Amino acid sequence: MTRLAVPKTYKLYIGGKFPRSESGRTYEVSAPDGRFLANAALASRKDARDAVVAARAAVSGWAGATAYNRGQVLYRIAELLEGRRAQFVSEIEETEGVSRAVAAAQVDEAIDRWVWYAGWADKFAQVAGNANPVAGPYFNLSVPEPTGVVAIVAPQDSSLLGLVSAVAPALVAGNPVVVVASERFPLSAISLAEVLATSDVPGGVVNVLTGSPAEIAPWLASHADVNAIDLVGAGALDWIALEIDAADTLKRVLRPENGPDAAAPALGRIQAFTETKTVWHTKSLR
Amino acid sequence: MSFLDYAPAPESRAILSLRDSYGLFIDGEFVDGRGAAFQTISPASEERIAMIANANEADVADAVAAARRAYDRVWSKMSGRDRGKYLFRIARLVQERARELAVAESLDNGKPIKESRDVDVPLVAAWFFYYAGWADKLDHAGLGADPRSLGVAAQVIPWNFPLLMLAWKIAPALAAGNTVVLKPAETTPLTALIFAEILQQAELPPGVVNIITGAGDTGAALVAHEGVDKVAFTGSTAVGRAIAKQIAGTDKKATLELGGKAANIVFDDAPIDQAIEGIVNGIFFNQGHVCCAGSRLLVQESIHDEVVDRLKTRLSTLRLGDPLDKNTDIGAINSREQLDRIRALSDVGVEEGAERWSAPCEIPENGFWYAPTIFTGVQTSSRIAREEIFGPVLSVLTFRTPQEAIAKANNTPYGLSAGIWTDKGSRILAVADQLRAGVIWANTFNRFDPAAPFGGYKESGYGREGGRHGLAAYLAPAPIGQAAVARSAAKPAITADASAPEPTAKRTRRTQKATTKGSKR
Repeated sequence: MTRLAVPKTYKLYIGGKFPRSESGRTYEVSAPDGRFLANAALASRKDARDAVVAARAAVSGWAGATAYNRGQVLYRIAELLEGRRAQFVSEIEETEGVSRAVAAAQVDEAIDRWVWYAGWADKFAQVAGNANPVAGPYFNLSVPEPTGVVAIVAPQDSSLLGLVSAVAPALVAGNPVVVVASERFPLSAISLAEVLATSDVPGGVVNVLTGSPAEIAPWLASHADVNAIDLVGAGALDWIALEIDAADTLKRVLRPENGPDAAAPALGRIQAFTETKTVWHTKSLR
Repeated sequence: MSFLDYAPAPESRAILSLRDSYGLFIDGEFVDGRGAAFQTISPASEERIAMIANANEADVADAVAAARRAYDRVWSKMSGRDRGKYLFRIARLVQERARELAVAESLDNGKPIKESRDVDVPLVAAWFFYYAGWADKLDHAGLGADPRSLGVAAQVIPWNFPLLMLAWKIAPALAAGNTVVLKPAETTPLTALIFAEILQQAELPPGVVNIITGAGDTGAALVAHEGVDKVAFTGSTAVGRAIAKQIAGTDKKATLELGGKAANIVFDDAPIDQAIEGIVNGIFFNQGHVCCAGSRLLVQESIHDEVVDRLKTRLSTLRLGDPLDKNTDIGAINSREQLDRIRALSDVGVEEGAERWSAPCEIPENGFWYAPTIFTGVQTSSRIAREEIFGPVLSVLTFRTPQEAIAKANNTPYGLSAGIWTDKGSRILAVADQLRAGVIWANTFNRFDPAAPFGGYKESGYGREGGRHGLAAYLAPAPIGQAAVARSAAKPAITADASAPEPTAKRTRRTQKATTKGSKR
């Protein structure tokens, strides 16, 4: 007797909740051999806007958290991901059609990337900022601050690692994100959302949309309440048009990257979503 | 005669030895422009100062080609130590000719001589000194060992601080090993052209810095030129947006320093005398032609009346008039066009229900002038509270709690600067943390220093100028390892030069040797 499995309904992750697309639309996700795996939500423009609203609402809490706290929360993600390692390995094996070893390597690297970025949370400001020896009686300090809401088109050729590689660095400095997952491999993104929902990441700090990046990205690129857009996974889209849309509100833009090294771990990815603030403070004995 | 009446004390123009006309500075020499020459006038008298060459697209191409040649053959191969020595030379020459530059700046721009003499020009020298020292220390710029220069930098600057903006642009670009094509603003080209003479005196290799004059279309052609690797622009948000669109999808890096609508927040425990001076300095410095000007005064409700009364008293003592007079506080508005814009927006303020008060001062007959003006009873929705006026016009709003002050201060698409006035240090730091602006001045305003990064959040642009951050804006990491790194260095300027056009035609070169007059020394 084999037991009849209980399949999961994959929904969106917006504002700490798991809603279906408001449009009611789904699309079929299949294994490389054509076997049906699940119906993923096909996010709409309205879903994208809802996600931006949720991200904006999360700005003050996440940006205002101490760097130590953010580091702990990011490390907690790694802990919970480690605990669900087998689940992710099986999911990736099925969706990507790769060997168990390859899937495991992807999950392990994703876990380690959370750890690497977690460690940066209370250090990058010391590397990126500095005291400025100005010619006058002023205390003068430059520090990096989060840019605001960051929209991300995740790398499209991986289930988990690409997503984590793009999302984690934006979170380090205190930016909430709205991420459009891989269109082909959306399932692990929603499974990761389940990890995020249970690992002390405040609701709205990470919002995950599944569906068509070509459909959703333009709305994010032109949205006036999005401060930056990471087009790392938008190489197959008309990303120049997206960059032009983003210029209307002078968004910070990261360009597409291709291949297995896309969104490789780098301090530069953290700094890309920061703004340097310089504070002048008078000095006086009186 | 009241104690405020002073005899005229004009700075002498004899220190200047201006030419009747100026060419474009390309490849180390002054050459004719192929566009129709235009005149630059003194905004204080509307008299012509000189005729200025106008660079058309072919001239832009020549300038970019000269910069490319200088980059490939000379500047990118030169040691950091020697690049630094050239910058030190330039800094010294600026100091030596400081008074001449200050007089020229006030003449061409309309700003008071006490500002050009005591702020603009000393900062220009400081900027070159600061970045000179960086040239042989690029490994410490924050990009890892052996960072690379970008290539040819196209730099377009505004008319409010003509020579200072030139220094902000050229000094870090050269220190990092780039070559430059710079376009000064149409109404204020004079000091950039005198600076070109300084470059000749410094014997800077030809083509390392090229200065081309013209209007907006010259700047647009420069930014669009395919031989350009880096764009640095200071000016309006509208133009900045157009540049961001134009360079989308190209490998050009950009630094954009755009508009602002800074809040200057005054709490009821502020040191009031200093605060009044700070408010005045914040918005009436340089006739308010300052992108980071404190144009929105947010004053705590309990001290609103006192602050406004004292401001009116103080503004009544400001002397408006001849920019070259050493006693002048408020100079001329830079152009008729700008004056019209200030008048139009100011009238909108009245139409929208705010109360206008202008300092009672005598307006000279010729030239462009606008008396220091305060609007009270301004609503946050009013255009004078939202749009950059870029003139001596202050909008006064009130708040009750720090939270309200922060919310109102951040209620703008801009995010360049802000001011905080309070005696409470802990409050300063907490408020500074929450203001979404790139530069925060606490109990001071409008301070600038080459060591201090400057630049905006949100629609005030991106990138920083000044400090280590300003240097990094002209560098890319060494091409090793990671994809992102490899990509940004994959298009080194070195390979792009093969397509760089040679100058299309040999033209008459008016060799304009810098005349070194005894009076300059």
